Amino acid sequence: MKKSQRGTEESRVMKWALIVCALAFCFIFLLLPLVNVFVQALAKGWSFYLQSLLHPDSWAAIRLTLLVAGISVPLNVLFGLAAAWAIAKFEFRGKSVLITLIDLPFSVSPVVAGLMFVVLFGLQGFFGKWLDAHEVKIIFAVPGIVLATVFITFPFVARELIPVMQATGTEQEQAALSLGANGWQTFWHVTLPSVKWGLIYGIILCNARAMGEFGAVSVVSGHITGQTDTMPLRVEKLYNEYNAPAAFAMASLLAFLALLTLGIKTLLEWKQARAEKLIVTSQKVDGHAG
Amino acid sequence: MTRKRSSVLPGFGLTSGFMLLYLSAIVLIPFAGLVVRACEISWADFWRLATADRALAAYKLTFGASLIAAAANAVFGSLLAWVLVRYDFPGRRLIDAMVDFPFALPTAVAGLTLANLFAANGWLGRFLVPLGIKGAFTPLGVVIALTFVGLPFVVRTLQPVLQNLEREVEEVAATLGAGRLHTFLSIIAPSLLPAVLTGFALAFARAIGEYGSIVFISGNLPFKTEIAPYLIVMRLEEYDYAGAIALAVVLLVFSFVLLGAINLLEQWSSRFQH
Repeated sequence: MKKSQRGTEESRVMKWALIVCALAFCFIFLLLPLVNVFVQALAKGWSFYLQSLLHPDSWAAIRLTLLVAGISVPLNVLFGLAAAWAIAKFEFRGKSVLITLIDLPFSVSPVVAGLMFVVLFGLQGFFGKWLDAHEVKIIFAVPGIVLATVFITFPFVARELIPVMQATGTEQEQAALSLGANGWQTFWHVTLPSVKWGLIYGIILCNARAMGEFGAVSVVSGHITGQTDTMPLRVEKLYNEYNAPAAFAMASLLAFLALLTLGIKTLLEWKQARAEKLIVTSQKVDGHAG
Repeated sequence: MTRKRSSVLPGFGLTSGFMLLYLSAIVLIPFAGLVVRACEISWADFWRLATADRALAAYKLTFGASLIAAAANAVFGSLLAWVLVRYDFPGRRLIDAMVDFPFALPTAVAGLTLANLFAANGWLGRFLVPLGIKGAFTPLGVVIALTFVGLPFVVRTLQPVLQNLEREVEEVAATLGAGRLHTFLSIIAPSLLPAVLTGFALAFARAIGEYGSIVFISGNLPFKTEIAPYLIVMRLEEYDYAGAIALAVVLLVFSFVLLGAINLLEQWSSRFQH
Protein backbone atom coordinates (compact mmCIF):
# COMPACT_ATOMS: atom_id res chain seq x y z
CA MET A 1 0.00 0.00 0.00
CA LYS A 2 1.17 3.51 -0.82
CA LYS A 3 2.25 5.94 1.86
CA SER A 4 -0.53 8.13 3.12
CA GLN A 5 -0.93 11.13 0.86
CA ARG A 6 -3.05 14.13 1.61
CA GLY A 7 -6.20 13.96 -0.44
CA THR A 8 -5.95 10.43 -1.83
CA GLU A 9 -6.12 8.67 1.49
CA GLU A 10 -7.95 9.23 4.73
CA SER A 11 -6.09 10.57 7.75
CA ARG A 12 -4.69 7.95 10.11
CA VAL A 13 -7.31 8.75 12.75
CA MET A 14 -10.15 8.36 10.23
CA LYS A 15 -8.66 5.14 8.88
CA TRP A 16 -8.35 3.49 12.28
CA ALA A 17 -11.78 4.72 13.36
CA LEU A 18 -13.29 2.98 10.31
CA ILE A 19 -11.30 -0.19 10.97
CA VAL A 20 -12.39 -0.25 14.62
CA CYS A 21 -16.07 0.23 13.64
CA ALA A 22 -15.86 -2.59 11.08
CA LEU A 23 -14.12 -4.89 13.55
CA ALA A 24 -16.70 -4.14 16.24
CA PHE A 25 -19.50 -5.06 13.81
CA CYS A 26 -17.72 -8.31 12.91
CA PHE A 27 -17.13 -9.06 16.57
CA ILE A 28 -20.83 -8.74 17.46
CA PHE A 29 -22.35 -10.32 14.34
CA LEU A 30 -19.76 -12.95 13.37
CA LEU A 31 -17.42 -13.89 16.19
CA LEU A 32 -19.72 -13.80 19.23
CA PRO A 33 -22.51 -15.94 17.68
CA LEU A 34 -19.91 -18.52 16.62
CA VAL A 35 -18.03 -18.70 19.92
CA ASN A 36 -21.33 -18.72 21.83
CA VAL A 37 -22.43 -21.93 20.06
CA PHE A 38 -19.42 -23.87 21.33
CA VAL A 39 -19.36 -22.32 24.80
CA GLN A 40 -23.07 -23.06 25.37
CA ALA A 41 -22.67 -26.57 23.94
CA LEU A 42 -19.97 -27.34 26.50
CA ALA A 43 -21.62 -25.43 29.37
CA LYS A 44 -22.49 -28.67 31.14
CA GLY A 45 -19.19 -30.38 30.41
CA TRP A 46 -17.89 -32.88 27.90
CA SER A 47 -19.72 -35.91 29.26
CA PHE A 48 -23.12 -34.20 28.97
CA TYR A 49 -22.12 -33.02 25.49
CA LEU A 50 -21.28 -36.52 24.28
CA GLN A 51 -24.27 -38.07 26.03
CA SER A 52 -26.73 -35.65 24.42
CA LEU A 53 -25.26 -36.33 20.97
CA LEU A 54 -25.40 -40.08 21.50
CA HIS A 55 -29.03 -39.96 22.65
CA PRO A 56 -30.94 -42.31 20.28
CA ASP A 57 -33.17 -39.51 18.92
CA SER A 58 -30.23 -37.20 18.29
CA TRP A 59 -28.23 -40.01 16.74
CA ALA A 60 -31.21 -40.79 14.47
CA ALA A 61 -31.30 -37.12 13.42
CA ILE A 62 -27.58 -37.21 12.55
CA ARG A 63 -28.05 -40.37 10.48
CA LEU A 64 -31.09 -38.91 8.69
CA THR A 65 -29.22 -35.71 7.82
CA LEU A 66 -26.30 -37.74 6.41
CA LEU A 67 -28.74 -39.88 4.40
CA VAL A 68 -30.61 -36.87 2.98
CA ALA A 69 -27.39 -35.08 2.01
CA GLY A 70 -26.01 -38.38 0.65
CA ILE A 71 -28.94 -38.62 -1.78
CA SER A 72 -29.58 -35.00 -2.71
CA VAL A 73 -25.98 -33.84 -3.26
CA PRO A 74 -25.09 -36.58 -5.84
CA LEU A 75 -28.41 -35.95 -7.64
CA ASN A 76 -27.66 -32.24 -7.93
CA VAL A 77 -24.06 -32.98 -8.99
CA LEU A 78 -25.37 -35.16 -11.82
CA PHE A 79 -27.80 -32.41 -12.83
CA GLY A 80 -25.12 -29.73 -12.54
CA LEU A 81 -22.75 -31.65 -14.82
CA ALA A 82 -25.47 -32.33 -17.41
CA ALA A 83 -26.78 -28.75 -17.36
CA ALA A 84 -23.29 -27.25 -17.58
CA TRP A 85 -22.34 -29.54 -20.49
CA ALA A 86 -25.50 -28.68 -22.46
CA ILE A 87 -25.44 -24.95 -21.68
CA ALA A 88 -21.69 -24.29 -21.93
CA LYS A 89 -20.72 -26.48 -24.87
CA PHE A 90 -23.70 -25.94 -27.21
CA GLU A 91 -25.60 -23.00 -28.66
CA PHE A 92 -29.38 -23.07 -28.56
CA ARG A 93 -32.37 -20.79 -28.17
CA GLY A 94 -33.79 -19.97 -24.74
CA LYS A 95 -30.51 -20.37 -22.88
CA SER A 96 -30.96 -17.31 -20.69
CA VAL A 97 -34.50 -18.38 -19.75
CA LEU A 98 -33.09 -21.76 -18.78
CA ILE A 99 -30.42 -20.20 -16.58
CA THR A 100 -33.08 -18.05 -14.89
CA LEU A 101 -35.18 -21.16 -14.24
CA ILE A 102 -32.19 -22.98 -12.74
CA ASP A 103 -31.68 -20.07 -10.32
CA LEU A 104 -35.39 -19.99 -9.42
CA PRO A 105 -35.13 -22.00 -6.16
CA PHE A 106 -32.83 -19.30 -4.72
CA SER A 107 -35.60 -16.70 -4.90
CA VAL A 108 -38.31 -18.85 -3.33
CA SER A 109 -38.79 -18.73 0.43
CA PRO A 110 -37.88 -22.15 1.93
CA VAL A 111 -41.32 -22.33 3.52
CA VAL A 112 -43.00 -21.78 0.14
CA ALA A 113 -40.74 -24.48 -1.36
CA GLY A 114 -41.94 -26.94 1.27
CA LEU A 115 -45.53 -25.88 0.62
CA MET A 116 -45.14 -26.74 -3.09
CA PHE A 117 -44.40 -30.37 -2.22
CA VAL A 118 -47.27 -30.51 0.28
CA VAL A 119 -49.57 -29.26 -2.50
CA LEU A 120 -48.34 -32.05 -4.78
CA PHE A 121 -48.02 -35.00 -2.43
CA GLY A 122 -49.94 -34.07 0.76
CA LEU A 123 -53.20 -35.82 1.61
CA GLN A 124 -55.25 -33.01 0.02
CA GLY A 125 -52.67 -32.63 -2.77
CA PHE A 126 -52.76 -33.60 -6.46
CA PHE A 127 -51.32 -37.08 -5.94
CA GLY A 128 -52.43 -37.42 -2.31
CA LYS A 129 -55.34 -39.83 -2.81
CA TRP A 130 -53.39 -42.07 -5.19
CA LEU A 131 -50.36 -42.18 -2.88
CA ASP A 132 -52.57 -42.94 0.11
CA ALA A 133 -54.33 -45.77 -1.74
CA HIS A 134 -50.96 -47.28 -2.63
CA GLU A 135 -49.58 -46.67 0.88
CA VAL A 136 -46.69 -44.55 -0.35
CA LYS A 137 -45.68 -41.84 2.10
CA ILE A 138 -43.84 -38.82 0.75
CA ILE A 139 -44.98 -35.97 2.97
CA PHE A 140 -44.13 -36.46 6.68
CA ALA A 141 -41.60 -39.06 5.56
CA VAL A 142 -38.02 -39.26 4.27
CA PRO A 143 -38.82 -38.93 0.50
CA GLY A 144 -40.47 -35.54 1.13
CA ILE A 145 -37.44 -34.35 3.10
CA VAL A 146 -35.16 -35.44 0.25
CA LEU A 147 -37.33 -33.71 -2.37
CA ALA A 148 -37.46 -30.44 -0.41
CA THR A 149 -33.68 -30.56 0.10
CA VAL A 150 -33.04 -31.28 -3.59
CA PHE A 151 -35.22 -28.28 -4.52
CA ILE A 152 -33.47 -25.90 -2.11
CA THR A 153 -29.94 -26.98 -3.14
CA PHE A 154 -30.83 -27.34 -6.84
CA PRO A 155 -28.80 -24.40 -8.31
CA PHE A 156 -25.56 -24.73 -6.31
CA VAL A 157 -23.50 -27.10 -8.49
CA ALA A 158 -24.92 -25.96 -11.84
CA ARG A 159 -24.28 -22.26 -11.25
CA GLU A 160 -20.64 -22.93 -10.23
CA LEU A 161 -20.00 -25.24 -13.20
CA ILE A 162 -21.67 -23.30 -16.05
CA PRO A 163 -19.27 -20.30 -16.02
CA VAL A 164 -16.22 -22.55 -15.52
CA MET A 165 -17.17 -24.79 -18.46
CA GLN A 166 -17.96 -21.75 -20.61
CA ALA A 167 -14.53 -20.28 -19.84
CA THR A 168 -12.65 -23.45 -20.84
CA GLY A 169 -14.30 -23.51 -24.29
CA THR A 170 -14.48 -26.59 -26.53
CA GLU A 171 -11.04 -26.73 -28.21
CA GLN A 172 -9.60 -29.36 -25.84
CA GLU A 173 -12.64 -31.62 -26.22
CA GLN A 174 -12.51 -31.26 -30.01
CA ALA A 175 -8.82 -32.21 -29.98
CA ALA A 176 -9.51 -35.31 -27.86
CA LEU A 177 -12.35 -36.37 -30.17
CA SER A 178 -10.26 -35.94 -33.30
CA LEU A 179 -7.53 -38.08 -31.69
CA GLY A 180 -10.07 -40.89 -31.46
CA ALA A 181 -11.45 -40.60 -27.91
CA ASN A 182 -15.15 -41.30 -27.51
CA GLY A 183 -17.59 -38.97 -25.76
CA TRP A 184 -17.30 -40.51 -22.29
CA GLN A 185 -13.49 -40.67 -22.45
CA THR A 186 -13.41 -37.02 -23.50
CA PHE A 187 -15.71 -36.00 -20.65
CA TRP A 188 -13.88 -38.13 -18.08
CA HIS A 189 -10.27 -37.33 -19.01
CA VAL A 190 -10.53 -33.82 -20.49
CA THR A 191 -13.62 -31.94 -19.26
CA LEU A 192 -13.88 -33.22 -15.69
CA PRO A 193 -10.24 -32.48 -14.71
CA SER A 194 -10.55 -28.95 -16.12
CA VAL A 195 -13.62 -28.14 -14.00
CA LYS A 196 -12.48 -30.13 -10.94
CA TRP A 197 -12.11 -27.18 -8.54
CA GLY A 198 -15.35 -25.51 -9.58
CA LEU A 199 -17.10 -28.81 -9.04
CA ILE A 200 -15.64 -29.29 -5.56
CA TYR A 201 -16.59 -25.69 -4.72
CA GLY A 202 -20.19 -26.36 -5.81
CA ILE A 203 -20.35 -29.66 -3.93
CA ILE A 204 -19.25 -28.26 -0.57
CA LEU A 205 -21.70 -25.33 -0.78
CA CYS A 206 -24.49 -27.71 -1.86
CA ASN A 207 -23.66 -30.09 0.98
CA ALA A 208 -23.57 -27.35 3.62
CA ARG A 209 -27.01 -26.15 2.59
CA ALA A 210 -28.40 -29.69 2.30
CA MET A 211 -27.33 -30.55 5.85
CA GLY A 212 -28.42 -27.22 7.29
CA GLU A 213 -31.75 -26.64 5.53
CA PHE A 214 -34.50 -25.85 8.00
CA GLY A 215 -37.58 -24.08 6.58
CA ALA A 216 -38.44 -26.31 3.62
CA VAL A 217 -37.66 -29.51 5.51
CA SER A 218 -39.63 -28.32 8.53
CA VAL A 219 -42.79 -27.96 6.41
CA VAL A 220 -42.65 -31.48 4.92
CA SER A 221 -41.08 -33.46 7.78
CA GLY A 222 -43.95 -33.85 10.23
CA HIS A 223 -41.44 -33.69 13.12
CA ILE A 224 -41.71 -37.34 14.14
CA THR A 225 -39.04 -37.76 16.83
CA GLY A 226 -36.45 -40.37 15.90
CA GLN A 227 -37.85 -40.73 12.39
CA THR A 228 -38.24 -37.50 10.40
CA ASP A 229 -36.19 -35.07 12.48
CA THR A 230 -33.04 -33.88 10.72
CA MET A 231 -30.25 -32.24 12.74
CA PRO A 232 -31.60 -28.66 12.38
CA LEU A 233 -35.12 -29.84 13.29
CA ARG A 234 -33.70 -31.67 16.30
CA VAL A 235 -32.05 -28.41 17.39
CA GLU A 236 -35.46 -26.71 17.32
CA LYS A 237 -37.19 -29.54 19.18
CA LEU A 238 -34.61 -29.63 21.98
CA TYR A 239 -34.79 -25.83 22.26
CA ASN A 240 -38.60 -25.93 22.52
CA GLU A 241 -38.28 -28.63 25.20
CA TYR A 242 -36.17 -26.16 27.24
CA ASN A 243 -33.10 -28.35 26.80
CA ALA A 244 -30.84 -25.56 25.53
CA PRO A 245 -27.49 -27.29 26.29
CA ALA A 246 -28.50 -30.32 24.20
CA ALA A 247 -29.81 -28.03 21.43
CA PHE A 248 -26.45 -26.25 21.42
CA ALA A 249 -24.58 -29.56 21.39
CA MET A 250 -26.39 -30.56 18.20
CA ALA A 251 -25.96 -27.02 16.83
CA SER A 252 -22.20 -27.21 17.50
CA LEU A 253 -21.89 -30.07 14.99
CA LEU A 254 -23.63 -27.93 12.35
CA ALA A 255 -21.47 -24.92 13.25
CA PHE A 256 -18.37 -27.09 12.88
CA LEU A 257 -19.62 -28.17 9.45
CA ALA A 258 -20.04 -24.48 8.54
CA LEU A 259 -16.47 -23.72 9.63
CA LEU A 260 -15.15 -26.70 7.67
CA THR A 261 -17.08 -25.59 4.58
CA LEU A 262 -15.76 -22.05 4.95
CA GLY A 263 -12.20 -23.33 5.37
CA ILE A 264 -12.28 -25.49 2.23
CA LYS A 265 -14.00 -22.70 0.28
CA THR A 266 -11.33 -20.17 1.32
CA LEU A 267 -8.51 -22.57 0.41
CA LEU A 268 -10.04 -23.14 -3.03
CA GLU A 269 -10.39 -19.38 -3.58
CA TRP A 270 -6.76 -18.74 -2.58
CA LYS A 271 -5.65 -21.53 -4.91
CA GLN A 272 -7.68 -19.96 -7.71
CA ALA A 273 -6.25 -16.50 -7.06
CA ARG A 274 -2.70 -17.90 -7.09
CA ALA A 275 -3.35 -19.74 -10.36
CA GLU A 276 -4.63 -16.53 -11.97
CA LYS A 277 -1.58 -14.65 -10.75
CA LEU A 278 0.69 -17.34 -12.23
CA ILE A 279 -1.06 -17.05 -15.60
CA VAL A 280 -0.63 -13.26 -15.57
CA THR A 281 3.10 -13.49 -14.71
CA SER A 282 3.75 -16.21 -17.29
CA GLN A 283 2.01 -14.07 -19.90
CA LYS A 284 4.26 -11.18 -18.91
CA VAL A 285 7.35 -13.40 -19.23
CA ASP A 286 6.15 -14.60 -22.63
CA GLY A 287 5.64 -10.99 -23.65
CA HIS A 288 9.23 -10.12 -22.71
CA ALA A 289 10.62 -13.17 -24.49
CA GLY A 290 8.66 -12.33 -27.64
CA MET B 1 -35.36 -26.70 -27.88
CA THR B 2 -33.47 -26.53 -31.14
CA ARG B 3 -29.78 -26.26 -31.60
CA LYS B 4 -28.74 -23.31 -33.73
CA ARG B 5 -25.18 -24.23 -34.61
CA SER B 6 -24.04 -27.79 -34.91
CA SER B 7 -21.20 -28.67 -32.58
CA VAL B 8 -18.87 -31.62 -33.05
CA LEU B 9 -19.17 -32.52 -29.37
CA PRO B 10 -21.49 -35.41 -28.53
CA GLY B 11 -23.99 -35.70 -25.71
CA PHE B 12 -26.31 -32.76 -26.34
CA GLY B 13 -29.40 -34.97 -26.52
CA LEU B 14 -28.53 -36.90 -23.38
CA THR B 15 -27.50 -33.96 -21.20
CA SER B 16 -30.19 -31.52 -22.32
CA GLY B 17 -32.82 -34.25 -22.02
CA PHE B 18 -31.76 -35.13 -18.49
CA MET B 19 -31.52 -31.43 -17.59
CA LEU B 20 -35.07 -30.68 -18.78
CA LEU B 21 -36.52 -33.80 -17.16
CA TYR B 22 -34.86 -33.08 -13.81
CA LEU B 23 -35.69 -29.36 -13.95
CA SER B 24 -39.34 -30.20 -14.63
CA ALA B 25 -39.59 -32.82 -11.90
CA ILE B 26 -37.90 -30.82 -9.16
CA VAL B 27 -38.77 -27.20 -9.97
CA LEU B 28 -41.36 -26.68 -12.71
CA ILE B 29 -44.02 -29.24 -11.74
CA PRO B 30 -44.04 -28.33 -8.02
CA PHE B 31 -44.19 -24.68 -9.04
CA ALA B 32 -47.02 -25.30 -11.49
CA GLY B 33 -48.90 -27.27 -8.83
CA LEU B 34 -48.87 -24.30 -6.50
CA VAL B 35 -50.00 -21.94 -9.28
CA VAL B 36 -52.88 -24.27 -10.28
CA ARG B 37 -54.07 -24.56 -6.68
CA ALA B 38 -53.84 -20.79 -6.29
CA CYS B 39 -55.98 -20.29 -9.40
CA GLU B 40 -58.66 -22.54 -7.92
CA ILE B 41 -59.19 -20.06 -5.10
CA SER B 42 -61.87 -17.51 -6.02
CA TRP B 43 -60.73 -13.90 -6.24
CA ALA B 44 -62.93 -12.86 -3.29
CA ASP B 45 -61.57 -15.68 -1.12
CA PHE B 46 -58.02 -14.93 -2.17
CA TRP B 47 -58.41 -11.26 -1.25
CA ARG B 48 -59.96 -12.15 2.11
CA LEU B 49 -57.20 -14.66 2.95
CA ALA B 50 -54.30 -12.55 1.72
CA THR B 51 -55.46 -9.39 3.49
CA ALA B 52 -56.69 -10.80 6.81
CA ASP B 53 -55.64 -8.63 9.77
CA ARG B 54 -53.17 -11.22 11.01
CA ALA B 55 -51.67 -11.52 7.52
CA LEU B 56 -51.34 -7.73 7.20
CA ALA B 57 -49.54 -7.58 10.55
CA ALA B 58 -47.21 -10.36 9.39
CA TYR B 59 -46.39 -8.58 6.08
CA LYS B 60 -45.75 -5.37 7.95
CA LEU B 61 -43.22 -7.05 10.23
CA THR B 62 -41.63 -9.10 7.43
CA PHE B 63 -41.21 -6.18 5.03
CA GLY B 64 -40.41 -3.60 7.71
CA ALA B 65 -37.79 -5.70 9.49
CA SER B 66 -36.30 -6.81 6.16
CA LEU B 67 -35.98 -3.18 5.01
CA ILE B 68 -34.30 -2.09 8.25
CA ALA B 69 -31.96 -5.10 8.21
CA ALA B 70 -31.04 -4.53 4.55
CA ALA B 71 -30.40 -0.85 5.29
CA ALA B 72 -28.17 -1.77 8.25
CA ASN B 73 -26.31 -4.15 5.96
CA ALA B 74 -25.94 -1.45 3.30
CA VAL B 75 -24.23 0.83 5.86
CA PHE B 76 -22.09 -1.72 7.71
CA GLY B 77 -21.50 -3.87 4.63
CA SER B 78 -20.15 -0.86 2.73
CA LEU B 79 -17.94 0.04 5.67
CA LEU B 80 -16.67 -3.54 5.92
CA ALA B 81 -16.02 -3.81 2.15
CA TRP B 82 -14.16 -0.47 2.19
CA VAL B 83 -11.98 -1.47 5.13
CA LEU B 84 -11.24 -4.91 3.66
CA VAL B 85 -10.25 -3.55 0.23
CA ARG B 86 -8.50 -0.30 1.10
CA TYR B 87 -6.68 -0.95 4.39
CA ASP B 88 -4.16 -3.45 5.61
CA PHE B 89 -4.47 -4.55 9.21
CA PRO B 90 -3.79 -7.71 11.21
CA GLY B 91 -6.43 -10.38 10.64
CA ARG B 92 -7.73 -8.86 7.40
CA ARG B 93 -7.68 -12.12 5.44
CA LEU B 94 -9.35 -14.02 8.27
CA ILE B 95 -12.19 -11.49 8.48
CA ASP B 96 -12.52 -11.52 4.70
CA ALA B 97 -13.05 -15.30 4.86
CA MET B 98 -15.42 -14.99 7.83
CA VAL B 99 -17.78 -12.66 5.93
CA ASP B 100 -19.33 -15.72 4.28
CA PHE B 101 -19.99 -17.35 7.66
CA PRO B 102 -23.72 -16.41 7.66
CA PHE B 103 -24.06 -18.21 4.28
CA ALA B 104 -22.41 -21.34 5.63
CA LEU B 105 -24.09 -21.49 9.04
CA PRO B 106 -27.47 -23.29 9.08
CA THR B 107 -30.18 -20.74 9.85
CA ALA B 108 -31.46 -22.74 12.82
CA VAL B 109 -28.04 -22.47 14.48
CA ALA B 110 -27.91 -18.74 13.74
CA GLY B 111 -31.33 -18.25 15.34
CA LEU B 112 -30.43 -20.35 18.35
CA THR B 113 -27.18 -18.60 19.15
CA LEU B 114 -28.50 -15.06 18.47
CA ALA B 115 -31.56 -15.68 20.69
CA ASN B 116 -29.19 -16.85 23.42
CA LEU B 117 -26.80 -13.89 23.01
CA PHE B 118 -29.56 -11.27 23.28
CA ALA B 119 -31.61 -13.00 26.02
CA ALA B 120 -31.58 -11.31 29.44
CA ASN B 121 -28.78 -13.58 30.73
CA GLY B 122 -26.87 -13.80 27.42
CA TRP B 123 -23.46 -12.27 26.75
CA LEU B 124 -24.95 -9.20 25.02
CA GLY B 125 -28.40 -9.22 26.66
CA ARG B 126 -27.01 -8.80 30.17
CA PHE B 127 -25.68 -5.37 29.13
CA LEU B 128 -28.43 -4.42 26.67
CA VAL B 129 -31.60 -5.55 28.48
CA PRO B 130 -30.99 -3.25 31.52
CA LEU B 131 -30.69 -0.40 28.98
CA GLY B 132 -34.14 -1.33 27.63
CA ILE B 133 -32.77 -2.95 24.43
CA LYS B 134 -34.52 -6.30 24.25
CA GLY B 135 -33.23 -8.40 21.37
CA ALA B 136 -35.01 -11.66 22.11
CA PHE B 137 -38.73 -12.19 21.48
CA THR B 138 -39.25 -8.69 20.03
CA PRO B 139 -39.44 -7.20 16.50
CA LEU B 140 -35.87 -6.00 17.14
CA GLY B 141 -34.88 -9.68 17.36
CA VAL B 142 -36.26 -10.21 13.85
CA VAL B 143 -34.13 -7.30 12.60
CA ILE B 144 -31.04 -8.73 14.33
CA ALA B 145 -31.51 -12.20 12.79
CA LEU B 146 -32.14 -10.73 9.32
CA THR B 147 -29.07 -8.48 9.60
CA PHE B 148 -26.94 -11.54 10.37
CA VAL B 149 -28.42 -13.58 7.51
CA GLY B 150 -28.00 -10.78 4.94
CA LEU B 151 -24.54 -9.63 6.05
CA PRO B 152 -22.46 -11.08 3.17
CA PHE B 153 -24.53 -9.64 0.29
CA VAL B 154 -23.47 -5.97 0.30
CA VAL B 155 -19.85 -6.82 1.16
CA ARG B 156 -19.54 -9.35 -1.64
CA THR B 157 -21.20 -7.19 -4.33
CA LEU B 158 -19.21 -4.10 -3.35
CA GLN B 159 -15.73 -5.66 -2.99
CA PRO B 160 -15.01 -6.28 -6.72
CA VAL B 161 -16.29 -2.80 -7.63
CA LEU B 162 -14.02 -1.19 -5.03
CA GLN B 163 -11.06 -3.24 -6.25
CA ASN B 164 -11.60 -2.12 -9.85
CA LEU B 165 -12.07 1.52 -8.97
CA GLU B 166 -9.42 3.63 -10.66
CA ARG B 167 -7.29 5.35 -8.05
CA GLU B 168 -6.01 7.83 -10.65
CA VAL B 169 -9.35 9.66 -10.69
CA GLU B 170 -9.07 10.20 -6.94
CA GLU B 171 -5.49 11.42 -7.36
CA VAL B 172 -6.57 13.87 -10.05
CA ALA B 173 -9.34 15.16 -7.81
CA ALA B 174 -6.83 15.59 -4.99
CA THR B 175 -4.34 17.39 -7.25
CA LEU B 176 -7.12 19.73 -8.36
CA GLY B 177 -7.54 20.65 -4.70
CA ALA B 178 -10.55 18.58 -3.64
CA GLY B 179 -10.60 17.53 0.00
CA ARG B 180 -10.89 13.84 0.87
CA LEU B 181 -14.56 14.12 1.88
CA HIS B 182 -15.39 16.05 -1.29
CA THR B 183 -13.60 13.43 -3.42
CA PHE B 184 -15.43 10.66 -1.62
CA LEU B 185 -18.87 12.22 -2.01
CA SER B 186 -18.55 13.39 -5.61
CA ILE B 187 -16.21 10.79 -7.16
CA ILE B 188 -16.22 7.56 -5.16
CA ALA B 189 -19.74 7.34 -3.74
CA PRO B 190 -21.62 7.71 -7.05
CA SER B 191 -19.68 4.85 -8.66
CA LEU B 192 -20.31 2.61 -5.65
CA LEU B 193 -24.03 3.36 -5.45
CA PRO B 194 -25.31 0.76 -7.97
CA ALA B 195 -23.38 -2.03 -6.26
CA VAL B 196 -24.57 -0.97 -2.81
CA LEU B 197 -28.17 -0.90 -4.07
CA THR B 198 -27.76 -4.33 -5.65
CA GLY B 199 -26.40 -5.74 -2.39
CA PHE B 200 -29.22 -4.03 -0.49
CA ALA B 201 -31.85 -5.59 -2.80
CA LEU B 202 -30.25 -9.04 -2.53
CA ALA B 203 -30.19 -8.85 1.27
CA PHE B 204 -33.79 -7.58 1.26
CA ALA B 205 -34.96 -10.42 -1.02
CA ARG B 206 -33.23 -12.99 1.15
CA ALA B 207 -34.74 -11.50 4.31
CA ILE B 208 -38.33 -11.61 2.99
CA GLY B 209 -38.26 -15.40 2.73
CA GLU B 210 -36.16 -16.11 5.82
CA TYR B 211 -37.67 -18.49 8.34
CA GLY B 212 -35.15 -20.66 10.21
CA SER B 213 -33.25 -18.01 12.14
CA ILE B 214 -36.35 -16.00 13.07
CA VAL B 215 -38.47 -18.72 14.66
CA PHE B 216 -35.90 -19.00 17.44
CA ILE B 217 -35.45 -15.33 18.26
CA SER B 218 -38.86 -13.72 17.60
CA GLY B 219 -41.21 -15.68 19.85
CA ASN B 220 -43.74 -15.85 16.97
CA LEU B 221 -46.58 -13.96 18.70
CA PRO B 222 -49.50 -13.26 16.31
CA PHE B 223 -49.84 -9.52 15.49
CA LYS B 224 -46.59 -8.78 17.33
CA THR B 225 -43.59 -10.84 16.27
CA GLU B 226 -45.07 -13.20 13.68
CA ILE B 227 -43.48 -13.08 10.21
CA ALA B 228 -45.28 -14.04 6.99
CA PRO B 229 -43.42 -17.36 6.37
CA TYR B 230 -44.25 -18.42 9.93
CA LEU B 231 -47.94 -17.64 9.32
CA ILE B 232 -47.81 -19.92 6.25
CA VAL B 233 -46.57 -22.74 8.47
CA MET B 234 -49.35 -22.00 11.00
CA ARG B 235 -52.00 -22.12 8.25
CA LEU B 236 -50.61 -25.45 7.05
CA GLU B 237 -50.71 -26.91 10.55
CA GLU B 238 -54.40 -25.93 10.69
CA TYR B 239 -54.85 -27.72 7.32
CA ASP B 240 -55.91 -24.35 5.87
CA TYR B 241 -54.26 -24.95 2.48
CA ALA B 242 -56.01 -22.02 0.76
CA GLY B 243 -54.80 -19.66 3.47
CA ALA B 244 -51.23 -20.92 3.19
CA ILE B 245 -51.27 -20.73 -0.63
CA ALA B 246 -52.69 -17.18 -0.67
CA LEU B 247 -49.85 -15.97 1.58
CA ALA B 248 -47.29 -17.91 -0.46
CA VAL B 249 -48.50 -16.24 -3.67
CA VAL B 250 -48.07 -12.79 -2.12
CA LEU B 251 -44.50 -13.66 -1.07
CA LEU B 252 -43.69 -15.19 -4.47
CA VAL B 253 -45.00 -12.19 -6.45
CA PHE B 254 -42.96 -9.89 -4.24
CA SER B 255 -39.83 -12.06 -4.67
CA PHE B 256 -40.17 -12.00 -8.47
CA VAL B 257 -40.67 -8.24 -8.59
CA LEU B 258 -37.49 -7.90 -6.50
CA LEU B 259 -35.66 -10.37 -8.75
CA GLY B 260 -36.53 -8.21 -11.76
CA ALA B 261 -35.33 -5.11 -9.94
CA ILE B 262 -32.07 -6.86 -9.00
CA ASN B 263 -31.46 -7.83 -12.64
CA LEU B 264 -31.95 -4.21 -13.74
CA LEU B 265 -29.66 -3.00 -10.94
CA GLU B 266 -26.96 -5.50 -11.95
CA GLN B 267 -27.11 -4.27 -15.56
CA TRP B 268 -26.80 -0.68 -14.35
CA SER B 269 -24.00 -1.67 -11.99
CA SER B 270 -22.00 -3.52 -14.68
CA ARG B 271 -21.84 -0.31 -16.70
CA PHE B 272 -19.63 1.13 -13.97
CA GLN B 273 -17.17 -1.76 -14.23
CA HIS B 274 -14.91 -2.08 -17.22
